[in-house]
Amino acid sequence: MAGYNKKEEHAHAKAEVHNHGEEHFREKHLMLDPLPRGQMNDMVMESMYVTSWKFWVVFAILSVIVAYGLFFSWGKMIAEGLGIAGVNRPSYWGIFLVNTVFWIGISHAGTFISAILRVFKAEFRRPFTRAAELMTTFGLVQAGFSVFMHMGRVWLSYWLMPYANQRMLWPNLHSPLTWDLLAITTYLLSSTMYLFLPLIPDVAMARDRSTGWRKTFYKILALGFRGTEGEWAHLRNAMNIFAFAIIPVMFSVHTIVSWDFAAATRPGWNSSIFGPYFVVGALHSGMGAVIMVLAVVRGTMKNMKYFIRAEHFDGIGRLMLIISMAWAYFFFNDYMVQWYGGDKWTQQLLHFHEAGPMGWMWFAMLIFNVVVPWAILWNQKWRSTPWIVFVVGFLINIGMWFERYIIVPISLSINRMPFTWRLYEPGVEIPLGIGTLAFFILLYMAASRLIPLIPVWEVQEGQMAHELKKFGRETVVSVSELE
Amino acid sequence: MIRPEEIKMSAEHVGKWGMVIDQDICTGCQACVAACAMENNISFVGEKDSGYGRSMHWIRIERFWEGEYPEVKMTPNQPMLCQQCNSATCEPVCPAFATVHSQAEQLNLQIYNRCVGTRYCGNNCPYQVRSFNWRDYERPEPLSNQLNPDVTVRRMGVMEKCTFCIQRIHKAQDKAKAEGREVVDGEFTTACAQACPASAITFGRVDDPESLVSQLAQRGHGLKHLEELGTLPNVTYFKGG
Repeated sequence: MAGYNKKEEHAHAKAEVHNHGEEHFREKHLMLDPLPRGQMNDMVMESMYVTSWKFWVVFAILSVIVAYGLFFSWGKMIAEGLGIAGVNRPSYWGIFLVNTVFWIGISHAGTFISAILRVFKAEFRRPFTRAAELMTTFGLVQAGFSVFMHMGRVWLSYWLMPYANQRMLWPNLHSPLTWDLLAITTYLLSSTMYLFLPLIPDVAMARDRSTGWRKTFYKILALGFRGTEGEWAHLRNAMNIFAFAIIPVMFSVHTIVSWDFAAATRPGWNSSIFGPYFVVGALHSGMGAVIMVLAVVRGTMKNMKYFIRAEHFDGIGRLMLIISMAWAYFFFNDYMVQWYGGDKWTQQLLHFHEAGPMGWMWFAMLIFNVVVPWAILWNQKWRSTPWIVFVVGFLINIGMWFERYIIVPISLSINRMPFTWRLYEPGVEIPLGIGTLAFFILLYMAASRLIPLIPVWEVQEGQMAHELKKFGRETVVSVSELE
Repeated sequence: MIRPEEIKMSAEHVGKWGMVIDQDICTGCQACVAACAMENNISFVGEKDSGYGRSMHWIRIERFWEGEYPEVKMTPNQPMLCQQCNSATCEPVCPAFATVHSQAEQLNLQIYNRCVGTRYCGNNCPYQVRSFNWRDYERPEPLSNQLNPDVTVRRMGVMEKCTFCIQRIHKAQDKAKAEGREVVDGEFTTACAQACPASAITFGRVDDPESLVSQLAQRGHGLKHLEELGTLPNVTYFKGG
């Protein structure tokens, strides 16, 4: 199989090079650095096939963590009750809900990148839309795990399905939790379909280049796609509809999750800005997670250095900086109005956030979510360096997790009945939380062996549409319309 | 068109059963807590869980101190139980309709076998009077022999709360019906009111202006907790009067 190496690329670029400026563009932009289609397909196939022993070691360790952290601990909790977790009165909701909100937040990045950037024709998105969409689906799986763990009687969770029981009693549509269930289910289904549609041409490509069980697997997934004009037209239509339709779904999901809190009569929760604040927070952690995944994929998988380049980290880094600013704006707005309101319980709560026993978390949240991105991402050189943005993305995710921790168990510790005030100490939530994280990585690793992580057809389409045009002395990148 | 005064006066907002608690004569003896636990089959969670905020008492005595040490003064004991709100915040948030308002008795009830344990009601109760079954707690002999047959025994994973001893309400109503009469004020009372040695708790019909509880409530200086939230509680407290 034809691999990709730097030398070949240079030879390739030099052969057609006319002046120095053009070569510079080619090296920098994937869209201007085309390879023959067959070679590119082979590179993606190779990235799926070549698996080092390190992969299997990590895979085995994660499997053990999932088996213990997720399945054994959860089974134990189902058998013994939520008493082995840290939830108490007044913190009826603990890390389970923190993790639910966190994972739903992670899942927002996929849709944001692949739908919003697709709709706005942001060309740098092309090579990593699928990597982001996979995060949506796998993140929602973990959110589902977290929310089911949280339930006192999980074996009866199907009672929340919108279906009447034998007494013709439907679930309570007044409850934000019912809205939540509907919104998350809608999002999971539509994002899975939206992940699948652009995958069809790629699995069809993989089907034509594989043998054995893989061939059967891709044959089923490809739904008989042959690449005729009619099939492409249908596919493009469907993707277009989904790309537009999934954007309001994405906004609604995290807004509705925020209503779980905003609709309650708790000091600190009852805030009208929680909807957009949560959506921006979700994008903040989601973009951080995408950039982490891309850095790992680029560093560990074969041939990925061709597809994922500094320009992509640069582009996502800019988005992260903007989102960080937006988050800071919403945070300040929320804090300012709550503080100005002067309600005595809210005052107590805000004081408890900053100066209580968990005050360090409040300051860490602000440093990780605002100070770190603002200090680093303004610099183009830094935000184009994978390991630096990996660290920034990691810190943002820690900061956003802290934000949810402050909103859920810390805010619950203070209420209008001072007699019940009590701190929350996590119990079995910790192995369960680590278990969901390990399961997310495990699913991702498994998927990277089974489906092409790079949407090859999208990259090829972009490369065909991009060209360098000369206007006088300047060389300019231009995009010609495809449809 | 509904005018504001009409909303205020509708039956749902007056309530049916209510309570008056006089904090000035409450001695803080905890007899109501013990009586409630026996009457309603409440689990004993043990010292460790209780210290971690998992005690399951439907009524508790809250005590506070005022001032800085050594000049501290104890405020009157404050028995806190479900306020049986007419507009309860715990009710709309339950996705399974396990927290419902009884139309007949105008009480706020918990349907144990419909509860799936999302604990949203507990979060949303401003009085923090709901208790969750964090585990299946043991009832060692001879405690297992003192269970009240009129009250469901709850298992782990469900929420529970004060019902104003609805089993006693029903018993009194059934007896009165069999004898062809109305329930008389003071004919029965809740376990906590019955056990109170100082008679600090009075229970009865708040929609009947002649009942003792209505007469007491009309004395004028009573207060309802967190009334500003619009929960319309049915328990009136007297303090310093």
